[in-house]
Amino acid sequence: MTTTITTLSVLVQNSPGVLARIAGLFARRGFNIESLSVGPTEREDQSRMTIVALTPDEATLEQITKQLNKLVEVIKIIEMEKGKAVRRELILVKIHAEADTRAQVLGLVDTFRGKVVDVAADSLIVEVTGKYGKVHAFLDMIAPYGIKELVQSGSVALARGSKTITDKSKFDRTPRDKS
Amino acid sequence: MSTAMTGAQALVKALEAVGVEVAFGIPGGCILPLYDPLFDSPIRHILVRHEQGAAHAAEGYAMATGRVGVCMATSGPGATNLVTGLGDAYMDSVPIVAITGQVNSWAIGTDAFQEADIRGITFPITKHNFLIKSPDDIARAIVEAFHIASTGRPGPVLVDVAKDALTGTTTWEWPLAIDLPGYKPTVTPHFRQVREAAQMIAAAKKPVLYVGGGIVKARAAEALATVMETAPMPLVTTLMGRGVFPDSHPLNYGMPGMHGTVAAVGALQKADLIVAVGVRFDDRVTGHLASFAPNAKVIHCDIDPAEIGKNRAADLPIVGDAKLMLADLAHHLGDLELPGWGEWVAYLDSLQERYPTWAGDPDDDMLQPQEVIRKIGEIAGPDTIFVTGVGQHQMWSAHFLPHEKPYQWLTSGGAGTMGYCVPATMGAKVGAPDKVVWGIDGDGCFQMTNQELTTCALNGIPVKIAIINNQVLGMVRQWQTLFYGARYSNTELHTDRYPDFVKLAEAMGCVAMRATTLEEAEAVIAKAMTINDRPVVVEFIVHKDAMVWPMVPAGTSNDDIKYARDMAPQWEEESL
Repeated sequence: MTTTITTLSVLVQNSPGVLARIAGLFARRGFNIESLSVGPTEREDQSRMTIVALTPDEATLEQITKQLNKLVEVIKIIEMEKGKAVRRELILVKIHAEADTRAQVLGLVDTFRGKVVDVAADSLIVEVTGKYGKVHAFLDMIAPYGIKELVQSGSVALARGSKTITDKSKFDRTPRDKS
Repeated sequence: MSTAMTGAQALVKALEAVGVEVAFGIPGGCILPLYDPLFDSPIRHILVRHEQGAAHAAEGYAMATGRVGVCMATSGPGATNLVTGLGDAYMDSVPIVAITGQVNSWAIGTDAFQEADIRGITFPITKHNFLIKSPDDIARAIVEAFHIASTGRPGPVLVDVAKDALTGTTTWEWPLAIDLPGYKPTVTPHFRQVREAAQMIAAAKKPVLYVGGGIVKARAAEALATVMETAPMPLVTTLMGRGVFPDSHPLNYGMPGMHGTVAAVGALQKADLIVAVGVRFDDRVTGHLASFAPNAKVIHCDIDPAEIGKNRAADLPIVGDAKLMLADLAHHLGDLELPGWGEWVAYLDSLQERYPTWAGDPDDDMLQPQEVIRKIGEIAGPDTIFVTGVGQHQMWSAHFLPHEKPYQWLTSGGAGTMGYCVPATMGAKVGAPDKVVWGIDGDGCFQMTNQELTTCALNGIPVKIAIINNQVLGMVRQWQTLFYGARYSNTELHTDRYPDFVKLAEAMGCVAMRATTLEEAEAVIAKAMTINDRPVVVEFIVHKDAMVWPMVPAGTSNDDIKYARDMAPQWEEESL
């Protein structure tokens, strides 16, 4: 079965428990999440989640959006279409770097426009942001030097152009279809 | 106008303002502040004996009245005892509001005495829920809870209120505008979609209307009747939809599904167009999904868009209220020239005639459960509200009661909750005191929640309960007989020894009778009909090996239905 990676941007009311409600929905309906990130928005009463979901088919994706839309606290869901959205994730990686390899590691960091944010005698912490492909290409490149520790944020995304999530668009799965 | 009052007073006032007349519940530590002003309220609070009873009673009330049912419980175990009823209401889309006490807001999360995270526990089984920590938020939560429970696809809503929110002071303001930016159910079906549905029906050779609980929730039986007058086509009603169209109508082929009639199962399997309204293609209806109705196009109307395409892809989706949709559909059908569907109807008639629903073993000397249930229906009549538990007696009730009128059939369908019957019967009788309300229960189910008969006896709620006593967990035993080599692991209840149901019922303040023959059965049913000053329990002793037929074994194709043990129908579809 081929799985599709879909990025959904979900605008929710900023109320306690909303994250648990959404995570629980995915868990109990057997939907797979690749990553989920959540944070405040330009409005104090709303939060926005970026959910990267793995879906075996279009029907499953439709169920996910419909079930999410049923949650009273979900205000709007839009799908971030490939090529029409800016996506970023952030990694912090502690790389083994002794005197003999340090220069090579720093060269890679520079190539990927990463930043060294902490230095120790035999290791570096490096910060890299970018879309999934770039970040993971970097990880592949530095793997031979020794990754001691790795943390990654979920993906965040915004649709390109002047439209916002609260404007109507042909991609939106609107809360009008809600019960 | 604004007045200062406690959160508890505001809660009671808000309940009164949204029109609550009855609540079922049990007080306890954290909800005590609410029960004090409730004591002076015109709201009738019925003190039940177990919180599960309160939740099912609220469901029974809601189903019988079409209004929101209310149940209350204290924190911790009081609240967790509501869970089964909430889950049941969620599965069957019953509008109820549960109000639970919670520990003081500053103690939440400390594993305080009688603390349970009931909001977290009920996330997956409520339409929505609230945790209220400030008295200022109480009235709004109540208004929103009732709005959410009763609109769109109905369902249970829980409002958990911290004790200090009940005791704290707030200012009463009314009315409150509802502000739910993420909740806007689509009620009006799309004009063009409905018109297209009418055209698809007109073009179909073998159409079937597949209707269910959504017709009940939308109070859409009249609109359905109009469609059937305009375009008389074969129709099947799901377990939840029994009664929305009269069983006596020649085009009603009864209930489809695992224990459906051969004709109803055949109508769906052989159809070229299924017009599904207020149904959800549940696995108990479809059987093995991939082989369900293989040649049918599907028009699916539901107020919950998530139901459309969830199990079976829809060729024409229609989101909206069933009543509005059916009214529009009748209108559009009226503009079209419709074929007669005579050959299709004749085929289904022939199935119905050749494979009537198994009504008992003619060679068995014992009282037949099917016969008992048919008798209750005959004697009580079609104006009666019937409530059931879950299992064999439920299936027989679905087949053999007089399902002639809508909104009088209460059963636990989606969840299949044994123990639903007695408290739901109580709730229905409270909601419809002028109606005769019969609960038909099994001996297993009855033992789960019968304590509410004490509540009925003490509160002047004269329900009638029939116990179809086969001494076993009958449906489970039937599966053991058919699929587990007759190894009866833990299904013998020994109710021939204990309890003595007559004594038990009498001890709870009921009139109680027992019947072992058909003559006795008729006599006790007739006697029960004359008693209206207290609850009545009648026990019918039947054979433990009576089985429900027809049956589609779980997970198999509906084509493999058996109308009796090892007896498969001849579909003869080639002739069509």
